[in-house]
Amino acid sequence: MRKITYGEGIREALREKMLENKNVVLLGEDVGPYGGTFGVTKGLWEQFGEERVRDTPISEGVIVGASVGAAATGLRPVAELMFIDFLTFGMDGLVNQAAKMRYMFGGKISVPLVLRLPAGGGISAGAQHSGSLEAWVTHVPGLKVVYPSNAQDAWGLMLTAIDDDNPVVYIESKVLYSQKSELPDKVEPIPFGSARIAREGSDVSIITYGKQVHDALKAAAALAKDGIEAEVIDLRSLYPLDKETIFGSVGKTHRALVVTEEVKRGGYGGELSALISEQCFDELDAPVVRIGALDAPVPYSQVLESLVLPSAEDIIKGVKEML
Amino acid sequence: MYRKMQSIRKFEKTASVFFAEGKIPGFVHLYIGEEAIAVGACANLRDDDYITSTHRGHGHIVAKGGNLKYMMAELFGKETGYCKGKGGSMHIADAELGILGANGIVGAGHLIATGAAWSAKYRGTDQVSVCFFGDASTNQSTFHEAMNLASLWKLPVIFVCENNLYGISVSQARHQNIQDISERASGYGMPSLSADGNDVLTVYEKVGEAVSRARAGEGPTLLEFKTYRHHGHFEGDAGAYRPKEEVEAWLQKDPLPRFESYLLDNGGLTEEELEAIRQEIDQEIREALEFADASPYPAPESSVRDIYSDLIEEARIR
Repeated sequence: MRKITYGEGIREALREKMLENKNVVLLGEDVGPYGGTFGVTKGLWEQFGEERVRDTPISEGVIVGASVGAAATGLRPVAELMFIDFLTFGMDGLVNQAAKMRYMFGGKISVPLVLRLPAGGGISAGAQHSGSLEAWVTHVPGLKVVYPSNAQDAWGLMLTAIDDDNPVVYIESKVLYSQKSELPDKVEPIPFGSARIAREGSDVSIITYGKQVHDALKAAAALAKDGIEAEVIDLRSLYPLDKETIFGSVGKTHRALVVTEEVKRGGYGGELSALISEQCFDELDAPVVRIGALDAPVPYSQVLESLVLPSAEDIIKGVKEML
Repeated sequence: MYRKMQSIRKFEKTASVFFAEGKIPGFVHLYIGEEAIAVGACANLRDDDYITSTHRGHGHIVAKGGNLKYMMAELFGKETGYCKGKGGSMHIADAELGILGANGIVGAGHLIATGAAWSAKYRGTDQVSVCFFGDASTNQSTFHEAMNLASLWKLPVIFVCENNLYGISVSQARHQNIQDISERASGYGMPSLSADGNDVLTVYEKVGEAVSRARAGEGPTLLEFKTYRHHGHFEGDAGAYRPKEEVEAWLQKDPLPRFESYLLDNGGLTEEELEAIRQEIDQEIREALEFADASPYPAPESSVRDIYSDLIEEARIR
C-alpha cells in the first residue's frame, strides 16, 4: 500500500492512458510547462511533449469546441477548464454539440471526450471560482458525469472516463487535491454507475459524493457516539447512477439524507431526493432531507463562506431532526 | 460539378414542394442560389477530408457525396434516413464521408472544424477540414476563437464564408461594420480573400489553392464568397425584408444558368447533354422520394436509443 494525493491520482491515470494510447491528448489553459492551475498535469508536458499536452489560449469555447471536433475524428482529448464556473463559455460545445451529436446523427458519430472541471468552494475564491454546477451537466442526456472523492477513485474513474466512447464530465473537488489516501499497487478502472459504501450503518443513509463524503464520514463518526449508525454512500458517478445501491441502503435504514455542496434550488440533490421519494416511498419512515449550500453565490469572506456551504455539523443536525 | 449543382437545386425544389404540402415537418433552410460554393469547394476534397456545415446544409452534404435517398428519408423523418429520423434537415451527418454534421447552432461548426483539423494534423495525415458558415456567424465568439487557434497552431482548415448578405432578416450592413468579411483574417495573421460565390470555377480555384496550402502544412485560409439565397431564410419566410430590385438583380446572377452557358460555350457540352444530366437527376430524385415514402417511421423505442454508445435510457413513466 502507498499513499498519494487526489491530484496525483488523476495525474497517474492520465499518464497510464497516455502511455497506452497515443490518441489520448491533453489540452487546456496552463496545462503544459506550468502543470495546470492546481498542478494536476505537472511533469506530463516534459514526458509527452508539446503535441500531446497543449496549452491553449484563454478561450474555454475553443477548449471544449475543438475537443469535440478532435474527438469526433479519432482523438481522445482530455480537456481541462481551470474552474467549473468557466463552463459558461464552453457550454455550447458540451451541451449542444458533444452531448447531442451521437443522437442527432443516428448513432454514427462518437465523441470520446473527457472534460475536467475543478469545482466547489472552501478556498475563499469568491463566487466566480467556487461553483458546484453538477446539476447543469447531469440534466443533459448524452453526458456522463463522475465526481471522485479520493485518490483511488480519482484514478480508477479517470481510466474508465478516457476509455469511454461518450463525452464524460469529470468533476474534481478543489479542496481534495492535496488530500492523501491509501492505494493498492495496481489501480483498476472503476465502472461508471457503481457507488461505494464508504461506511456501513443501519439507522440512516447519507447519499453524497465528492468533498461531502468526508463531511458525511465525520458526521457519522460523531453520530455513532450518540448511538446513531449512519450509512454513507459515495456515488462516484452521478450519471449513470447506481440506483440499486441507493435503494438497497434506504430499504435497510428507512431514512435518506442527500448531501451536496451545490445550491439546493434546482439542484442535483433535488433529483436524488425525488428519485428516492418516488421509488422507495413504502420504505421511508421520514421524508427525504436535503442538505446543501444556501441559495446564494459563494461569498469571499471565510466567515460567510463557511456559513453558506454545508458542513459536517449541518449533516449531524439534519440526521437528528429526522430521527 | 454541374451534376452536383443540379442535384442540390432539384433536391431542394422538391423539398420545398413537400414542405409546403406538410410532408416535411420542422424547419427547412434552402441553399438554392448558393450551389456554386459547396460544389466548387468540395470538388477539391477527398472522401476522408472533413466538412462542417450550417443549418442550410443540404448543399454541402450533396456536394460532399451524400446520398439523396438517405437525405430525403431523413427529411421525411423516416427510420432509413441518415440519422434514423432523429436529426432532420438541420442535422445531417455522414462520418464515412467526413461530414461532421449540419448544425443548428450558428457558429458551432467553426470550433468543430478546427478540432478536426487539429486531429488530422496530430495523426499525421494530410486530411483537411473545410468549415462552411454564413456572414452572420462571424459575429459569434466561436469564429474568432477558431481563427485564432487555427492560425496559431497552423491547422489545415479552410474557413469558407458564404456571405449571402443576410443574417436571417438582418442585412449585413445592420449586423457588422465591414463589407468584406475577409478583412477579419488580418487580425489573426491569416491569408484571406473575397470572391464571387456564384461562379463555381472561381470557388473551385480559390478553395483549391487553400486546400493545397493546408495539405502542405502551411495553415488555414479564410475565403469569403459573396452569394445570395433565392428563398427566404427558411421555408415559409417570404423574405419581405429584402428589396425587390436586389432580389431581381441577384436572380440574374444565378450560378446554374451561368455555369450552363460556360459549359455550352467553353466546356464542349451540348444542350442535349445537359438535358440528359437533368433528366438523370430527376430520376434520382424520384427514386429518393419513393424510397423515403416507402420507408417506415422509427419504432417508438428508437426515441431512447443512440444517446450513449452503451447505455439505453429507460422508458419511464412520465
